[in-house]
Amino acid sequence: MSTTVKTPEKIAGKRRFDPAVVRGEFPILSTRVHGKPLAFLDSAASSQKPEVVIETIANYYRSEHSNIHRGVYYLSEIATAKYEAARETTRRFLNAGSTREIIFTAGTTDAINLVANAYGREFFREGDEVLISGMEHHANIVSWQLVCQDLGAKLKVIPINERGELDLESLPGLISERTRMVGIVYVSNSLGTVNPVKEVIRIAHQHGVPVLVDAAQATSHLSVDVQDLDADFLAMSGHKVYGPTGVGVLYGKEHHLEKMRPFKGGGDMIRSVTFEKTTFNDLPFKFEAGTPNIAGVIGLAAALEYVMAFDINEVAAWEDELLQYGENLLAGVPGLRRIGTAAHRAGSLAFVLADVHPHDIGTLLDHEGVAIRTGHHCTQPVMSYFKVPATSRASVAMYNNKADLEALQRGLLKIVEVFR
Amino acid sequence: MDDVFRELYQEIILDHNKNPRHFGVPDSYTHSAEGYNPLCGDKVHVFLTVRDGKIDSISFKGEGCAISKASASVMTTLLTGMPLAEAHALMKRFVEVVTGPMDGIVDIDEERFGQLLAFVGVREFPARVKCATLAWHAMEAALKQGEGSVTTE
Repeated sequence: MSTTVKTPEKIAGKRRFDPAVVRGEFPILSTRVHGKPLAFLDSAASSQKPEVVIETIANYYRSEHSNIHRGVYYLSEIATAKYEAARETTRRFLNAGSTREIIFTAGTTDAINLVANAYGREFFREGDEVLISGMEHHANIVSWQLVCQDLGAKLKVIPINERGELDLESLPGLISERTRMVGIVYVSNSLGTVNPVKEVIRIAHQHGVPVLVDAAQATSHLSVDVQDLDADFLAMSGHKVYGPTGVGVLYGKEHHLEKMRPFKGGGDMIRSVTFEKTTFNDLPFKFEAGTPNIAGVIGLAAALEYVMAFDINEVAAWEDELLQYGENLLAGVPGLRRIGTAAHRAGSLAFVLADVHPHDIGTLLDHEGVAIRTGHHCTQPVMSYFKVPATSRASVAMYNNKADLEALQRGLLKIVEVFR
Repeated sequence: MDDVFRELYQEIILDHNKNPRHFGVPDSYTHSAEGYNPLCGDKVHVFLTVRDGKIDSISFKGEGCAISKASASVMTTLLTGMPLAEAHALMKRFVEVVTGPMDGIVDIDEERFGQLLAFVGVREFPARVKCATLAWHAMEAALKQGEGSVTTE
């Protein structure tokens, strides 16, 4: 169901992907909830962490911590070296051309806000337009909206269809002479749709318009290659790809980042400061004000190494098998309607169930040990489009198994019985 | 799941969810307010007619989970015909019913308001307390402001 791009660098010498072994490497998955084994089906909200990530962070605090880029002593040098090594790991993960293009942020939302402010406020003018899709997460709507409102710029939307797919054909007609940016989600968190971002970028570039890709949901399911995509900006979160919360990445093409003003002022992002004038540091430090989330960045690198050890196509094949299995099981639940049936999907299975409100479903499934997300998933425009106040969403990651989905179906069948 | 049903989804709640009483927008009313939970998007709009210090009629409409819908429905059946002072006291008592200490004793006139005890189970589901109180907060807001919106945040 998902599309993956093979990059030769990532195939050689890979670890064999064995779902059962992988599951055993995530300690939290052995939790019991209300006396039942945990079936964690909410990885699209946040994925769980493998032992190696937990240990890397613990070990960092136990024996490697100090502030970075400052001290000249042993610990500071270790911490600095690990932090900068993490930047190189991240560069490799995204196949960026240079570590100067890798900015550590607090997450995807923070990364998008950085671009909206440091790029948008610098280069958008009154009457300019920002184009986003109808399936964006609030992060890729509101960040632009705030800047557009201040500048008198306009936010325009690429429509989606009833399967939850992007209406790509309408894109060329929506790009005008005033379009200054296209913001597009790679994989939709509420629908699971994998968007043809490479094609979106190609079309936007024909009109000279830069593109920001929200890759929050993509990084754990497919190979994300910024050079192959030719993305101008790409935002991702650590915690969606088996890393810690509170850390993320902004990739930006160097020539864009060079001409952008800093977003936040503070330590590390300066070269020299007087009360009259400040000279900014070079890339990427220009955008990393203040003491960063050092442990988070080092934990993120451990997570990315963990993922890169596998051939992502093997991971994607397993997740697709799970989605297909889950889809068949859900089809056996009376009154269930799937939301988001795009041809290319990854990660998520969203649905509504006859007259039963998603929050009742969520509470009842919890007592079966099944964790799913219920609500609007921070995509209220998607809910409006499908005319539902909320949905239930089961999402899978590499550590899920078929028993998780069977537990989901069992729980749903009980709910149907009781609410009959 | 059976234990959850005993605690949370009692027969009364399932019944009021399926057949909500006093559901709809009346032709005329003296007070109204909307309760909105931005977290889940639940909405309850209450409409009431107050005459001579007494609640003559109440109805509600909206979208929400079984807990919020049943709570709104039960509320309308209990508060109809009630003097305002007594209504305020009962609204306060209901919030205690759903948020009080786990081992606390709920001091309630079981003969008249026994239905409210169906919501005691909500206490054990902190994420769902707001579902149960939404309509009641909207009711308070309606009486206080005459017209307005209230959120549970």
